[in-house]
Amino acid sequence: MLYTALSSLISHWRRRPGQLTMLAIGLALATALWSGVQAINAEARAAYDRAAATLGQDQLSRLVSATGRPVPTEDFIALRNAGYLVSPVISGELRDGNGRLRLLGIDPLTAPAAAQGPALDTEVDLAAFFTEPGLLLVDEATANGPLPDGIPPVVVSDGVPPAAAITDISTAARLLGQTDPSYLLVAPTQPFGLPPIAGATDLRIVAPNEANDISRLTDSFHLNLTAFGLLSFGVGLFIVNAAIGLAFEQRRATIRTLRALGTPLRTILLALGLELALIAIVAGLIGILLGYLIAAALMPGVAGTLRGLYGAEIEGVLAFSPYWALSALFITLLGAAAAAVQAMIRTAKMSLLAPAMPRAWAQASRRAITLQAAVAIVLFVVAAGLALFGQGLIAAFACLAALLIGAALTLPALMIIALKFIPGRTAFGEWVLADTRQQIPGLSLALMALLLALSANIGVSTMVGSFRTTFVGWLDQRLASELYVTASDPTEAALLMDAIRPDVDAILPIVSAELTLFDQPAEVFGVIDHPTYRQAWPLLAEDENPWDAVATGNAALINEQLARRENLSPGDILPLAGGLPIVGIYSDYGNPIGQAIISLGRFSETFPNVQPSRFAIRIDPSEAPAMASRLREEFGLPAEAVTNQDQVKAFSIAVFDQTFRVTGALNILTLGVAGIALLTSLLTLASLRLPQLAPLWAIGTTRARLAWVELARSLGLAVLTFLFALPVGLVLAWILLALVNVEAFGWRLPLSLFPGDWVRLFGLALLAAGLAALGPAVRLARMPPARLTQIFAQER
Amino acid sequence: MARGDRKAGCYICCMTDPLLDLRDIHKSYADTPVLSGVSLSMQAGETLALTGESGSGKSTLLHLAGGLDQPDSGAILLQGHDIAAMDDAARAEARRNRVGLIFQQFNLVPSLTVAANVALQARLAGRHDPAFCETLAQRLGLSDLLARYPEQLSGGQQQRVAIARALAPRPALILADEPTGNLDEETGDVVLSLLLDLVADTGAGLLMVTHSQRLASRLSRRIHLSRGVLVRE
Repeated sequence: MLYTALSSLISHWRRRPGQLTMLAIGLALATALWSGVQAINAEARAAYDRAAATLGQDQLSRLVSATGRPVPTEDFIALRNAGYLVSPVISGELRDGNGRLRLLGIDPLTAPAAAQGPALDTEVDLAAFFTEPGLLLVDEATANGPLPDGIPPVVVSDGVPPAAAITDISTAARLLGQTDPSYLLVAPTQPFGLPPIAGATDLRIVAPNEANDISRLTDSFHLNLTAFGLLSFGVGLFIVNAAIGLAFEQRRATIRTLRALGTPLRTILLALGLELALIAIVAGLIGILLGYLIAAALMPGVAGTLRGLYGAEIEGVLAFSPYWALSALFITLLGAAAAAVQAMIRTAKMSLLAPAMPRAWAQASRRAITLQAAVAIVLFVVAAGLALFGQGLIAAFACLAALLIGAALTLPALMIIALKFIPGRTAFGEWVLADTRQQIPGLSLALMALLLALSANIGVSTMVGSFRTTFVGWLDQRLASELYVTASDPTEAALLMDAIRPDVDAILPIVSAELTLFDQPAEVFGVIDHPTYRQAWPLLAEDENPWDAVATGNAALINEQLARRENLSPGDILPLAGGLPIVGIYSDYGNPIGQAIISLGRFSETFPNVQPSRFAIRIDPSEAPAMASRLREEFGLPAEAVTNQDQVKAFSIAVFDQTFRVTGALNILTLGVAGIALLTSLLTLASLRLPQLAPLWAIGTTRARLAWVELARSLGLAVLTFLFALPVGLVLAWILLALVNVEAFGWRLPLSLFPGDWVRLFGLALLAAGLAALGPAVRLARMPPARLTQIFAQER
Repeated sequence: MARGDRKAGCYICCMTDPLLDLRDIHKSYADTPVLSGVSLSMQAGETLALTGESGSGKSTLLHLAGGLDQPDSGAILLQGHDIAAMDDAARAEARRNRVGLIFQQFNLVPSLTVAANVALQARLAGRHDPAFCETLAQRLGLSDLLARYPEQLSGGQQQRVAIARALAPRPALILADEPTGNLDEETGDVVLSLLLDLVADTGAGLLMVTHSQRLASRLSRRIHLSRGVLVRE
């Protein structure tokens, strides 16, 4: 009996392959966008886990210097002599014009077992590892990518994080020019009878993973991606809901007949469920394939974003995981079930003697629309409350969700109200308006999907645009120097600078060191006292004469990220170089970590081993090209070692644009899905609306005119939706800039408006609505009269 | 049989039991009485015409007899089992196994071919007999139409498919709600003749609702319903 009922119901799709395709497209798109985003997140998290597991960071405590400087070798020796099992690590970054590599130098003889884990396996030639020139263990992608010049031979080894290399401590010391360990690894089990290590040294203990938890830093980015994936999934489910709703109405008579012929309701519901599961599995598999392709296409962009925003290294390629595919399929089934709940409930409640005519299936009552509007008001209040009093990234995203859902729920009521204010003028015009009002409940889901896509588009593009405007303006100020020079080492740098000093206005050394501030990775820069900084570094907050104070060596400036994260303001003490008062806060867009600026003198005292090899050169702009040529020709510097201001700006802006390429792609995909949702709903209504249109045709309105009305109506509704989406999108942008950005990245940006983008989006919305309405309208214009006359003969 | 027997269970009926026995049936819709104390019974093999003006309750009575609806009070014994006291699933089982329904609107499944429509109820009941379906199709003149879909058939042809579908599981009772109401007189006569012939051949009972006294006169017994009350038999 179940098979017979199922085959009777499934036969419906054989006769309507277009409708089945729509349903499958909706499910496949929803699955694709959701699972694609999940695949990207999973891949990135796996990379973070690999990075976290490097040298057993996820299991081993570390000892670091309280000042953020390297650990004195004497401290290490003292601890070893006392019997403690600690092992030195030298870490740092190798960078030149060709590439960059994070070096981790370990001492395999003293390193705890957990620290040697995946890197030092049996295939590594230990003799070569220990002796000059040494070996660098890297992962396959890093080995095949661009690497700095002059490094020892590389060997591919599993388990090394991307863009990093593990080597012997002596090799790292030689390459980085650093003799003291950056930190000491502490074995989990210490010899019996020794007092706790914390009491035996002045060094500070850092718990496993506390210091370098990149996954926590990037949570906001992944939450952002997940939010987009969820939005697309929801919009895709609107399509599924519309297609299932239509199928239910079309099969109402069949279901009634099956029940009249003795099929129990339970069997019919079971058959409907099985049918949906079957379709969902097939569409889900297509969606998984699409999702994989989308994720693979977006992955390089995501890798660029993570590198640009957070300094997190992930590989730009995607691995296929059966677990991911299965979970995506499960989500598809869950989504299909959610989209089908309404139709299932209707089937269960349908009276056996209900009339078989296909009524306007989605014709929600006025009461339902009023209820929706009331729920929306509550959501707006919740959003306002979260915006004013909420704290943390989750609250910011909840605020965003409440706003979007509230706006979507208000849309039908607002549309009906707006249509009441449009005058009909003629009898036909009045009919068009009345008919449009009647159609709004049926189209409301698709219009809500369009509203969500448009609002998200306006909001995100305003946020990205505001960010870009601010960023470019900030770069113009910050990149004041005419030339930037990178020497191969500090010695060459000193020779170069001495040679050109008489011919330039100023030479500004660029020198920095990595350290830990407030248990988070950070960097500190040493600067000389020069007007360039006073003019080019606008401060967000400052004490009196901050640059003078920095020049004395007894004060520090910090970036906005560090200030917001640690709630620091001028006057507070920065735990660096024995404690320096903060005298100013500067904006530092795009930097993932905390940063401080101190005087070059104080820097050299604190980090005596770090010598500058990069310089910014102030020179008359007209002489900059000649100086660049001289540096290249006279000193044999490679082309990439001398860059001018424009090149640096272009590079920075390219990194910025790459950073938001993924967001742009998801934006367009979501809009595309919303367009398909609109098409599905219009197709649905077109087949159900003939009884309303046939009488108009019969009394003298041509099919062509009716078709034009259908097309114009869709465009009109798209215009109304866009007009409503605009303020929603701007509020969304404000939430992103003022709440999400501050929580996620640590900086707040001014809101800029981009009317040109709105016009482009308006055009896209009209195009989507026009394309969606075109098919049904053309079909109506070409409909044979016999089909329309059938309406009068058919059961209604 | 006990009224409290909610499950269809085993249908062993005595030869003396009527095929259908309606006892003091009352039914109202929104406080408007539609049937007021209707009682009637019919035997296996009997053909009974139910006539009455529009709104007299004919279709309601037919729906109750077929277990499509439940009375407010009274008993409906189908082969001795009170289907009025059964739950939804049991009534569905009774319909599937005991009743063949023919509607004025045909109610064929539009996405199934004629052949699949004819076999539908028999397959649902687990009693599909391809040879018998073929015989029915032949006798109803559907042999050449089996691969077509309902929308490709005339009204008369669709009603013949509906009759074949109702007879295919060999039900004990055929309930027909104005089966010729959508057909012209000539086609209606042909369809009714076929129906009566087949009912006689299968030994089923037939309860047919009709407006037409002329058609009603062709059945073995006639009853008339007026304002929810049986007025003459």
